[in-house]
Amino acid sequence: MRAFTTHRGVVAPLDRANVDTDQIIPKQFLKSIRKTGFGDNLFDAWRYLDEGVIGKTPNERLINREFVLNAPEYQGATVLLARDNFGCGSSREHAVWALLEYGFRCVIAPSFADIFATNSVNNGLLLVTLPDAAVDELFGAAARGALTVEVDLAAGRIVTAKDGAFGFETDSETRRRLLRGLDDIGLTLDCVEAIRDFERAHRARQPWIFTAPETT
Amino acid sequence: MSGRTLYDKIWDAHHVTDRSDGMSLLYVDRHLLHEVTSPQAFEGLRLAGRRPWRVDANLATPDHNVPTVMSERQAGVAGIADEVARIQVETLDANCRDFGIREFGINDVRQGIVHVIGPEQGATLPGMTIVCGDSHTSTHGAFAALAQGIGTSEVEHVLATQCLAQRRSRNLRVAVAGALPVGVHAKDVILAVIGAIGTAGATGHVIEFCGAAIEGLSMEGRMTVCNMSVEAGGRAGLVAVDDTTLEYLDGRPFAPRGAAWDDAVAWWRTLRSDVDAAFDRTVEIDAAGLEPQVTWGTSPELVGGIGDVVPSPSDMDDPVRAEVAARALEYMDLAPGTPLAGIPLDKVFIGSCTNARIEDLRAAAEVARRGRVRVAEALVVPGSGLVKRQAEDEGLHEIFLEAGFEWRAPGCSMCLAMNADRLLPGERCASTSNRNFEGRQGHGGRTHLVSPATAAASAIAGHLADPREAMG
Repeated sequence: MRAFTTHRGVVAPLDRANVDTDQIIPKQFLKSIRKTGFGDNLFDAWRYLDEGVIGKTPNERLINREFVLNAPEYQGATVLLARDNFGCGSSREHAVWALLEYGFRCVIAPSFADIFATNSVNNGLLLVTLPDAAVDELFGAAARGALTVEVDLAAGRIVTAKDGAFGFETDSETRRRLLRGLDDIGLTLDCVEAIRDFERAHRARQPWIFTAPETT
Repeated sequence: MSGRTLYDKIWDAHHVTDRSDGMSLLYVDRHLLHEVTSPQAFEGLRLAGRRPWRVDANLATPDHNVPTVMSERQAGVAGIADEVARIQVETLDANCRDFGIREFGINDVRQGIVHVIGPEQGATLPGMTIVCGDSHTSTHGAFAALAQGIGTSEVEHVLATQCLAQRRSRNLRVAVAGALPVGVHAKDVILAVIGAIGTAGATGHVIEFCGAAIEGLSMEGRMTVCNMSVEAGGRAGLVAVDDTTLEYLDGRPFAPRGAAWDDAVAWWRTLRSDVDAAFDRTVEIDAAGLEPQVTWGTSPELVGGIGDVVPSPSDMDDPVRAEVAARALEYMDLAPGTPLAGIPLDKVFIGSCTNARIEDLRAAAEVARRGRVRVAEALVVPGSGLVKRQAEDEGLHEIFLEAGFEWRAPGCSMCLAMNADRLLPGERCASTSNRNFEGRQGHGGRTHLVSPATAAASAIAGHLADPREAMG
C-alpha cells in the first residue's frame, strides 16, 4: 500500500453533502474486472453532460463546464473538500480507486461513511475529518482563489498558505498504517497462529458453522 | 458492571486477537461473494500466491449483472448480451472453479440476490459473523448475525486470512414500539427511521432494532429493516433471536440438524442484549403513528408519509439541509407543496435485496390483483430462483401478469441498473429498492422509494398512491 506522510496540493471545493459512491463512480463502470481505468469516470454524471459508457474517452465526451472539477483553477487539484457523510451508499471500492487515479490524495469533510473510510485506508487515501466551522472556512478560502494546503499526517495538521492551520485527529491505527504504507494482509498474517488457535476452539464450540450440505 | 449488548456478545465470541497496529481481528464465519466486487480480490490473491483460508466458508452467486429477461437468461452465461457483463460473470465462475468455492450459477434454481439466498439456504445463521463485498450485507443481521458490507481489499483479506481487521463500533438501539397499522410494512418502518435519524445517523454504530413492532415482523420484514441499516449510516443492523428466527431456519439446507440443531439453539437463545446492557444511544419510534412512506429526494432520508406534500427548502433552518433539499427537488423535478400521492410515474420496480422475498411479492400481489398497470413498465423481479418458484406455486405470477406487470428472472435488476433494466433520462419510478441517489436506476432517472404494497398501488394508479386506498 502507498504510504501517506505529507502532501501539498490544490484544494477542489465540492460543496455538497451526502456525496454517495454512485456519484463518485457510476454503476456502468463497475463491470470492469480490473482495479484501474476509473479516473476518467470519476463523478461521471456531474463532469460530463452526456451519458457515460464504458470505453468512451474524455475527449469524446461533452464536458460540463459548470462542474467544479472542470474549472481551470482546479486542474491538477489533489485535495478534495466536501460536506457531511462523504462516500455514503454502496461499498464499491472502485470509488476510492477512481479518486486516487484521478489524482486525489486526500479528502477533507466533516464526516465520512464507514465502509468508504475503511476502503480509503486500504488504498492509502487520507480522509481528514474537520469540524463544520473549519470546513466552512476552507470553502470560503477556496472560493476566494486557488487554495493550496499542506497536509501533515504525523503532526495532524493542515496548513494553508495564508489562513493559518487546522489540527485534525486520526485514530492511531489508521495513522500508523498510512504513515508506513503497511500491507493489511501481511499485518494479519503475522497473527497466523492466533487465528489457527481461535479457529480450532471456535470449531469445537460451534461445529455447525463448519459444516455444509454435500450437494453441489 | 453493566450487561452486554447483542453486538458485544457476537464481537466477543469472534475476537481473535489484536494486531500490532492495534486493529482487532474478528473471525469470519461466512463470506458471500458476487461478480462485481470479487474479481480484483481473487486477482490479488493469485498475485500474492495465496489460497482461500477456509474454502467452505465461502458461497458465491452472480446477481448484479445478470439479465432478468427470460429469453436472454435461458442461454445461461453465454447468452448475456452485454459482453463486459458476461466477462465479469464468467470471471466469477472461473474463480470459484479454480479455488473450489461453492457457487450457485446463473440458472441454478438456488441462484439469486446474494442477500436473499444466504438466509434462504440457512447459510446465514444466528451468532455468525458474515461479510460480503456489498453494503446491503446488513440484511443478514435480522438473524442476530453480525453482517457487514466490505470493500474489495477486505474481500481479499477475508479470503486470505478468514478475518476482518476492525475497531469496535458503538451501540445504537432503535426501539419501534406498538403495532404497525394496516397497510404499513417493514419498509415503511425503516424509511421512517432513516427519516428520523438521517443517512449519517448511525455512522460508527451497529444498530439493534427492537420493540413490539420489530418482534411482530416476519423474518422477511426484519431483513427489510436490517437491509437499510446502511442507509442510516450503520455498518450492521441486528435483531435478537426469537421463535420466529428459529422457525424460519429449521430444515434449511445449511442449517444444523438433530443434536447439532439443539446445541445451536441453546447458544442462539442467548443472542439478545442483556436487560442492563448499555447503549451509546437510543432512538424511539412509535409504529402506531406511521403511514406508508415515500421518498421525494435523492437521499433516503428525504422521505415523508404518502399523505404529505413535497417540503419547501425555504422552511428549513439548516442552510446545508436546505441546499441539499433544493438540489434534490431540482433533480427530481418536483415543486414544494405538491402532494406526494398523485405524482405521475413512468415505471414501477418491485424487487431488490430489500423487497424481493416471498412476503414482499405476496403483499404486492394482494394489491395488484385489484387493478391494471397504468404505467409504461412495471417489473416484478423475484429475489431468487426459489422465491420465483414459490411465487409461481402460489399463482402470484399469474396475478402480476394478468394485471400487466412483467415477471422476470432473479437478480439485482433495476435497483442499480447494471443490466438492461433501467430508467431513461427524466423517467420517474416507484421502486421497492433501497437507494434513490441521482442516476442510481439509470442516468437521469428519478426514484421514489416505497414498500411493495405502495409500489403495486402506484403501478395500478399510474401515480404515487396510498396502498390503503387501493385495498379499499
